[in-house]
Amino acid sequence: MALLQISEPGMSPAPHEQRLAVGIDLGTTNSLVATVRNGMPGTLPDQQGRVLLPSIVRYLADGKVEVGFPAQARQSEDPRNTIVSVKRYMGRGVKDVAHVENAPYDFVDAPGMLQLRTCTGVKSPVEVSAEILKTLRARAESSLGGELAGAVITVPAYFDDAQRQATKDAGKLAGLNVLRLLNEPTAAAIAYGLENASEGIYAVYDLGGGTFDISILKLSKGVFEVVATAGDAALGGDDFDQRVFCWIVEEAKLQPLGPRDMRKLLVASREAKEYLTTHGEAQLSDKLSSGEWVDLCLTTEKFCQITQNLVQKTLGPTRRALRDAGLTVDDIKGVVMVGGATRMPQIQRAVGEFFRRAPLNNLDPDKVVALGAAMQADVLAGNKPSGDDWLLLDVIPLSLGVETMGGLVERIVPRNSTIPVARGQEFTTFKDGQTGMSFHVVQGERELVSDCRSLARFELKGIPPMAAGGARILVTYQVDADGLLSVSAREKTSGAEASVTVKPSYGLSDGDVERMLRDSYQHAREDMQARALAEHRVDAERLLEATRAALESDGALLEPDERAAIDKEMAALRAKLAGADSRALKQATEALSRATDGFAARRMDATVRRALSGRKIASLEP
Amino acid sequence: MLERERLENAYREIQAQVHPDRFANAGDAERRASMQWTTRVNEAYRTLRSPVQRARYLLELAGVDVAFETNTSMPPEFLMRQMELREALEQAEEARDADALDALRAGLNADKLELERALAEAIDARQDYAGAAGLTRKLMFLDKLDAEIDLAYEALEV
Repeated sequence: MALLQISEPGMSPAPHEQRLAVGIDLGTTNSLVATVRNGMPGTLPDQQGRVLLPSIVRYLADGKVEVGFPAQARQSEDPRNTIVSVKRYMGRGVKDVAHVENAPYDFVDAPGMLQLRTCTGVKSPVEVSAEILKTLRARAESSLGGELAGAVITVPAYFDDAQRQATKDAGKLAGLNVLRLLNEPTAAAIAYGLENASEGIYAVYDLGGGTFDISILKLSKGVFEVVATAGDAALGGDDFDQRVFCWIVEEAKLQPLGPRDMRKLLVASREAKEYLTTHGEAQLSDKLSSGEWVDLCLTTEKFCQITQNLVQKTLGPTRRALRDAGLTVDDIKGVVMVGGATRMPQIQRAVGEFFRRAPLNNLDPDKVVALGAAMQADVLAGNKPSGDDWLLLDVIPLSLGVETMGGLVERIVPRNSTIPVARGQEFTTFKDGQTGMSFHVVQGERELVSDCRSLARFELKGIPPMAAGGARILVTYQVDADGLLSVSAREKTSGAEASVTVKPSYGLSDGDVERMLRDSYQHAREDMQARALAEHRVDAERLLEATRAALESDGALLEPDERAAIDKEMAALRAKLAGADSRALKQATEALSRATDGFAARRMDATVRRALSGRKIASLEP
Repeated sequence: MLERERLENAYREIQAQVHPDRFANAGDAERRASMQWTTRVNEAYRTLRSPVQRARYLLELAGVDVAFETNTSMPPEFLMRQMELREALEQAEEARDADALDALRAGLNADKLELERALAEAIDARQDYAGAAGLTRKLMFLDKLDAEIDLAYEALEV
């Protein structure tokens, strides 16, 4: 609705109209929450003044849940019930996870996404992530003094559909209104670009705890345009810890370790890695549960040697991103470093050598993503006067395709397409009288279905019987602004249409999310009814206000009877707003939404016409 | 020829009006309409930005089908040249020779630029659509080779 709330330049909405919106960096190792106050982005600390929340969740036998530092303190003691780096498991099955043998958990291989068995039951990574988000939400609401209107949650640019869906579900489960999933490097670019008033082509090299992203962006006044993105969704600082851990096991000739010793040495590995950022060698001295001592010295040289191929592994995607963008290193004006793992000197060196320029480190690599997300949340919440805001154009990181004969993939949406994007592909029947057809939706760059990620399978039924090759089935892929996919199929030749829209099987079904919501509310003893009513009221008020503003500026687009129909639904909704029947309120909101469908489309057309007026078609063509 | 900057500006101007970010707080209907419009605008931009897609589209408007899949007749010398280039690509791939790939790509880019100029001339100045269709098919050939060079680079990096 921002379109209609155009304020004069310099006139921002009054402070009381500011909506509380936050940006959340849901990281593998640490998570943060930030917001924009008085025009300035800033991170929100906890009561002890700590900004970083360790992304660690511990389930206790009495049903309580510890998040962050308390959980971190007990991780070696209670490894099975203390989940670290849960982000690595989002939207993933057991077979997708590297080093399963080195993770001290009791995995349950569920269809789609793995689960973790804890002392309080089997938990999905979505539920674990939701605990982290809930903690950040509570922190934000107590320090901002009100309920959040919305949040932007960041995800690695290279996250696939299943991982994105899982993240969005976690947000929902934590009771957040997820305004947008934002790619981490893009968030960093916003924070960096606005801070430094940068223009030109920049690369963002983002090595986090568990993921690696490289994005190439074109920054110009008011527009952040992602030209290409590439990465590795299973490569990060954790892998450097793993290398050190393996080196310890080998060097000290250790027998297979139990979960406690494993966690203890992993923690020691991480500490050694961090110490080496500013020192030439790190001493490791730990007592195992057997009473045996591990005493080793890790030098920078050795550390670089055992992690060299990890560093090299980041350069492949970097080259690919440049190629996809049709650029060379000479076109890049600067390289912004993001993620705690970029502190490692060997990373700084390798990136500097590759781009032939010193990387930019002037923003805190731990905070920059959350700050950028907060700035975007501020824009999406409508807190910025138009003219002061900016436009973000992002891409889909991995190609989307469909399985064809012989287990091959037919690509439908190529990677690095600007989103939102829709693409269609026609298929036909191969048997006489065939009335059904099944589809397998996949994501990835490989030729074989078995090498790509399976997102969904669905069947189109009710095709009228025809000769083979007679039916024309149009399969359409629509990717929205969050990078999430929906697929529909339709038979075109006959009057009879059949269509189906699927949700990726790797995400949770709406039923799952509802069940988890119910569980968590019961646990927190929140009054679900009251909460639902409050939420529906907010929705209803928002829609009423949006409709009122739309009628005021574009009411002339409506015929009198159309106008009357909308007025009637508005009055009906206002009447319900006073009551306490949350179902009736929701229904009335939906009715008004339906009544304004055609109006919305017409207004959008009018907007485009205005944007194009005074412009000859010729100026848009060669 | 297309003024790239003008196209970019027009694209951004329209995006600034219709993009879903502008409708994060709007009703469902408005959000849907915004997504559909943005999708169309992205598609239009994608088509106009790529010389091959733009030529295909302009020829379609002029009632000419480029028919890349069905019309495979090409001048023999063009085909000879393509075969040579493909052989060179295979050799570079086998020898894992990144410099040879770089040289191939540089040569290909020059060839493409020349074809694009000829194409603009055929469409804009002479309205020779049949000739332009032939040039477009050639350009599509080169684009395919371009994609294969990308794959060769990727194979090199594994």
